[in-house]
Amino acid sequence: MENNYLADLWNSSPIVCVVLTGLVLLLVESVRRGSGRLSYAVSLVGLASAGVLIVAVGDVAQPAFNNMIVQGPYAQFFTVIFLVTGILTILLSRGYLDRQGIHRSEYYLLVVFAISGMMLLAYAMDLIVVFLGIELMSICLYILAGFMRTRGTSMEAALKYFLLGAFATGFLLYGIALIYGSTGTTNLEQIAKSFAEHSASPMFLVGVSFLLVAFAFKVAAVPFHMWAPDVYEGAPTMVTAFMSTGVKAAGFAAFVAVFMRSFQYAGSPVNDVLAAIAAASMIIGNVTALAQVNLKRMLAYSSVAHAGYILVGLAAGNADGFMGILFYLVAYVVVNVGAFGILSLVEDSNGQKLSYDDYAGFSAQRPFLAALMSIFMFSLAGIPPFAGFFGKYYVFLAAVKADMIWLAVLGVLTSLVSVYYYLRLVILMYFREGSGDVAVRPTWAAMLSIGFAAYLVIQFGIFPSIVVDAALKVF
Amino acid sequence: MISVEQYLALSAVMFVIGVVGVLVRRNAIIVFMSIELMLNSVNLTLVAFSAYLGDVTGQMLVFFVMTVAAAEAAVGLAIIIALYRIRQTVNIDDINILKW
Repeated sequence: MENNYLADLWNSSPIVCVVLTGLVLLLVESVRRGSGRLSYAVSLVGLASAGVLIVAVGDVAQPAFNNMIVQGPYAQFFTVIFLVTGILTILLSRGYLDRQGIHRSEYYLLVVFAISGMMLLAYAMDLIVVFLGIELMSICLYILAGFMRTRGTSMEAALKYFLLGAFATGFLLYGIALIYGSTGTTNLEQIAKSFAEHSASPMFLVGVSFLLVAFAFKVAAVPFHMWAPDVYEGAPTMVTAFMSTGVKAAGFAAFVAVFMRSFQYAGSPVNDVLAAIAAASMIIGNVTALAQVNLKRMLAYSSVAHAGYILVGLAAGNADGFMGILFYLVAYVVVNVGAFGILSLVEDSNGQKLSYDDYAGFSAQRPFLAALMSIFMFSLAGIPPFAGFFGKYYVFLAAVKADMIWLAVLGVLTSLVSVYYYLRLVILMYFREGSGDVAVRPTWAAMLSIGFAAYLVIQFGIFPSIVVDAALKVF
Repeated sequence: MISVEQYLALSAVMFVIGVVGVLVRRNAIIVFMSIELMLNSVNLTLVAFSAYLGDVTGQMLVFFVMTVAAAEAAVGLAIIIALYRIRQTVNIDDINILKW
């Protein structure tokens, strides 16, 4: 068998480009210390060129490196999500890091390496690559969560995330080992081919359930969500933004690649377990979010609930569910980058001004930002004509088609609960008098990225076909 | 001759000890050691399967696991030290500013 390494390199060039950007950033830091602005520019250029490459490579499915990774529409779809998230996060981060006094070039380096790990997850065709992708992403995030190393909350978030993340890694690996033992391969394509003969063997099922635990942990689904509120609250706000968007999308990229594209469990008890996790996440996430005072913590519980909605599509296990997951992720990611972006602008240098009450009368001081925040909240609540509505519509439709009507009903009911805590913020911003001491000094880059996120939310809400067409091509 | 089942049983026991250690112990460093025990029990499983199946993939994965575990140890210990400098404790029960 002859290997064509040049073709392999070309097919994986977006990942190579992002990794090279990370290496250049390492060099920049070692040559010129304290070169935050240079790193900022280099990381943006690197991610943008990866975006150009992903278009240039094309969307014909092609395996590379002995079937370890596969380039194709699926990888392309998710890579675009990761790159857009990464670019928006970096644009928003610079002003935020300056205000918090932690503007160091390592930040960009870690974000870029985390993105390369996420891209590996989207390209993965082998459980070994899934493992490496998750670890590359997670190890960078452990550091990012503790980036304010003189602040107790940030370090506490880092320790909790690290210990629980490494614990989940143990389950992931044991699951991979058991699946390898029962099928004799770690390649997802080959596992899918011989799936019928292994699907019921006890060792294989134990392996599958361990993988389920690990992925449920990474996407913060109940009952493996306990870390999410603490870590989201303690980590620097823009890192939280990155975690709740890019990392969640990457977790689902791996989850879907393994559980929907390789394991054909649709209609079996395994999918009933997924449905139970989805139901529990929707209920616990939404109900606990009602009681929150801190907005970062509220968005953390809301992200648990949204993981539940996306899992509805996974539990349905049909083509509609697949399309619904992709649409939901796009809608959720752009909304959350925007919402956390606004939180990061309002937060003061001591990490305060993050509670509901701090937003009272916000519309009088900052009408434009308040309007954008309202758009994001309406979209999270799933109110048309914003993108979040169609995300929910498609996953619930998939559940109905898969004869899981109870799950769709539960989803609609819990969405109604969520309206309360999302719209409470809108009401506070518009109908309450504030103390008027919120000092917001947004940079142009930050305003531009928040505005862009809001534009996408409206665009995808009015013309969902843009994303739907791209998602259908993936299937 | 030790059979593959015995290796698997040993690694399963090691994995369970690791899980129990994570859940029961309160010192962050011992919790971290328990996690390392879990990873190493997986390595043993992989090597046993690899020898049993006559396939090299498992042993290759072990090298990746060892590399990643080393990277994780570096980051994890650094986090624990940074936290100790602020709080003068590595007891998980005392690390509780964040809760709802």
